[in-house]
Amino acid sequence: MAKILEKRPLTPITKLYKVDAPLVAKAAKPGQFVIVRVRDGGERIPLTIADYDRDGGTLTIVVQEVGTTTRLLGQLEVGEEILDLVGPLGMPLEIPVEGHIVGIGGGFGAAALLCLMRELRRRGDTTTIINGAREKDLLILNEELTEVCDNLELCTDDGSAGFHGFVTERLAQLIEGDGPGRPDMVVAIGPMPMMRAVTETTRGKDIPTLVSLDPLMIDGTGMCGGCRVTVNNEVKFACVDGPFFDAHQVDFEEAVRRNKMYVKQEAESKDRTDCRKLAVGQV
Amino acid sequence: MPVKRVDKTPMPERDAVLRSHDFGEVNEGYGIAHAQFEAERCLRCQDPICIDGCPVRVPIPDFVHKVASGDMRGAAEVLRSSNPLPAVCGRVCPQEVQCEEQCSVGIRFKPVAIGYLERFVADWEMAQPPIDVTVKLDRAEKVAIIGSGPAGLVCAGELARLGYPVTIFEALHAPGGVLRYGIPEFRLPKDVLDWEIDQLRKLGVEIVCNVIIGKTITMDELMGEMGFSAVFIGTGAGLPSFMGIPGENLNGVYSANEFLTRVNLMRANDFPNADTPVMVGRRVAVIGAGNTAMDTVRTALRVGAEQGMIVYRRSDQEMTARVEEHHHAIEEGVEFHWLTNPIEVLGDEDGWVSGLKCVRMELGEPDASGRARPVPIEGSEFVMPVDNVVLSIGNKPNPLLLQTTKGLESNKWGCLVVHDGSSETSREHVFAGGDAVTGAATVILAAGAGKTAAQEIHEDLRS
Repeated sequence: MAKILEKRPLTPITKLYKVDAPLVAKAAKPGQFVIVRVRDGGERIPLTIADYDRDGGTLTIVVQEVGTTTRLLGQLEVGEEILDLVGPLGMPLEIPVEGHIVGIGGGFGAAALLCLMRELRRRGDTTTIINGAREKDLLILNEELTEVCDNLELCTDDGSAGFHGFVTERLAQLIEGDGPGRPDMVVAIGPMPMMRAVTETTRGKDIPTLVSLDPLMIDGTGMCGGCRVTVNNEVKFACVDGPFFDAHQVDFEEAVRRNKMYVKQEAESKDRTDCRKLAVGQV
Repeated sequence: MPVKRVDKTPMPERDAVLRSHDFGEVNEGYGIAHAQFEAERCLRCQDPICIDGCPVRVPIPDFVHKVASGDMRGAAEVLRSSNPLPAVCGRVCPQEVQCEEQCSVGIRFKPVAIGYLERFVADWEMAQPPIDVTVKLDRAEKVAIIGSGPAGLVCAGELARLGYPVTIFEALHAPGGVLRYGIPEFRLPKDVLDWEIDQLRKLGVEIVCNVIIGKTITMDELMGEMGFSAVFIGTGAGLPSFMGIPGENLNGVYSANEFLTRVNLMRANDFPNADTPVMVGRRVAVIGAGNTAMDTVRTALRVGAEQGMIVYRRSDQEMTARVEEHHHAIEEGVEFHWLTNPIEVLGDEDGWVSGLKCVRMELGEPDASGRARPVPIEGSEFVMPVDNVVLSIGNKPNPLLLQTTKGLESNKWGCLVVHDGSSETSREHVFAGGDAVTGAATVILAAGAGKTAAQEIHEDLRS
């Protein structure tokens, strides 16, 4: 059980939680994730660790309400408990390159850049975050992100804030030397189409790029193999070998297809949470 | 006096057609009359070699004799003194190659149904009002157990009986390990498992779920600031093997672990009341012929498959599944494709499984395992139309703990190395047993290893 200490809506469907999880907070490193379950009979879903406070024993996670479990999670209030929370899982992110590191966050993916960029800046890298969303109101955590990096670049599809266009268009400008300049390495966290587009933007330009894959998982410890992805023609388990992989080697087509395996069931399950009162703790 | 009867008293079973659509237990269990009738067949040998066939050395004639004389409480005490999981073992042990294979009655007749009797006694005990089993955990040394599968549970039970405060750390949200996520309800009902685990809790064993040793807490922290004097590693063999054939990542291909976990742990059979789904089409091919493969194919039938198939590159003679499981699978309408080796999973334009390309095999000379080596018959490739493929070709130990723990040796298969004839690992005060050491084996071998390790930990801490 992990008690919710703080809850903050970031957009109408995105919420930030600070939870009491001292053991996980103590062990967590940037790039890792937790698995949560919110009710008896509930599914296990992976959530990226956005930030952690070892001294305070807290963990920050950001949840976008897209399916049954994330919606149920969204109903939980301060003082209530997340039924099960286990972690930290996955390999901590290792950034071999030093220099100008550009972190790209799409939608709620930007949250995962918090602890990562802070650690990189601490070790002496120049850090840039490109935070992108459809419109101004959907850009999250701008204040917090400003504090953890040297340059924060905002992008919106409709031009309501920052650069008018996709994160990849701004990234292309940086590669050409604009603004904070050419990246020595890129880390992209966000929706699959965005990560795929970033990958194509840096391909062939001699800029190592990492993406954070989020396949379906059950145990998160390598036991089920449901999260297998193909990287450099090898099968990897994202839960234990990932979640970060060399973007230019990832078979995105397969990853996207496998993530859509249960769309029908997901819709059926979600409909049920629409048509009756949400009752956390009951099935 | 022992009564001569050729056959075992049959186990009452639920009708195959009815049971293959639900998760109710297949074997209904003996009643008192069945049990006493069967127990009378025991010869009460002077030198009971059946005990040698039992990895936890249950004093078999003792408890069988008590059943025959109607002393069920006494029988239960004898059982429990040697095996902390009798209700589990009475259901899932391969008795035919253990105690019952040794049974003297079996020389001329069918052996005494020791497994059925064990289950009877455990079930009898479960039906009685609870009795106080608390023991004093007054020893100074705390012991940590990693993993709550059969090895860990038995080790914990034995150590608690010896007076040690024991904490089991479990990675999943519910305890039991493979007994929870692997073995289906129709073979081992979850309330039976829960009851057994409750007995351990009543003994004072603490079980902490959602903690992964090696991730949440390191081994060094466990033995350092957390103050555990000894550790038992019973992390099992939970890493599924894949064949490496084309098409294994198509939608609709599962490892047996994932398929069974979705149903057993996550209750996908009750979707959408439970939140986790499982995709099962009309035709399901399960690759492999061990107990897990039988569990998988029979589960597939219960969650809606019309045709459940076992595809195995060897013949039924080399199959590793228990006779009883094979027999139950046949009764439930499972098809068996022996001497058939899958070489590719085929998919449709959307990336879903549409078929399994196989090649026919014939048996050649014995291989390293002593079993006849299957050899492909040239030009015999054919395609089986299927909607799902589930791989049940074995598991390796999980490397998570090894990755973050210094001083733990493993072999080339990822199994933990222990000193000859003991459970001691390469690290001081750290012991291991079960599938984590042997590679995938049986529940009772793991239980036996847990029991032996408990004794060794006791000796280690007392020296």
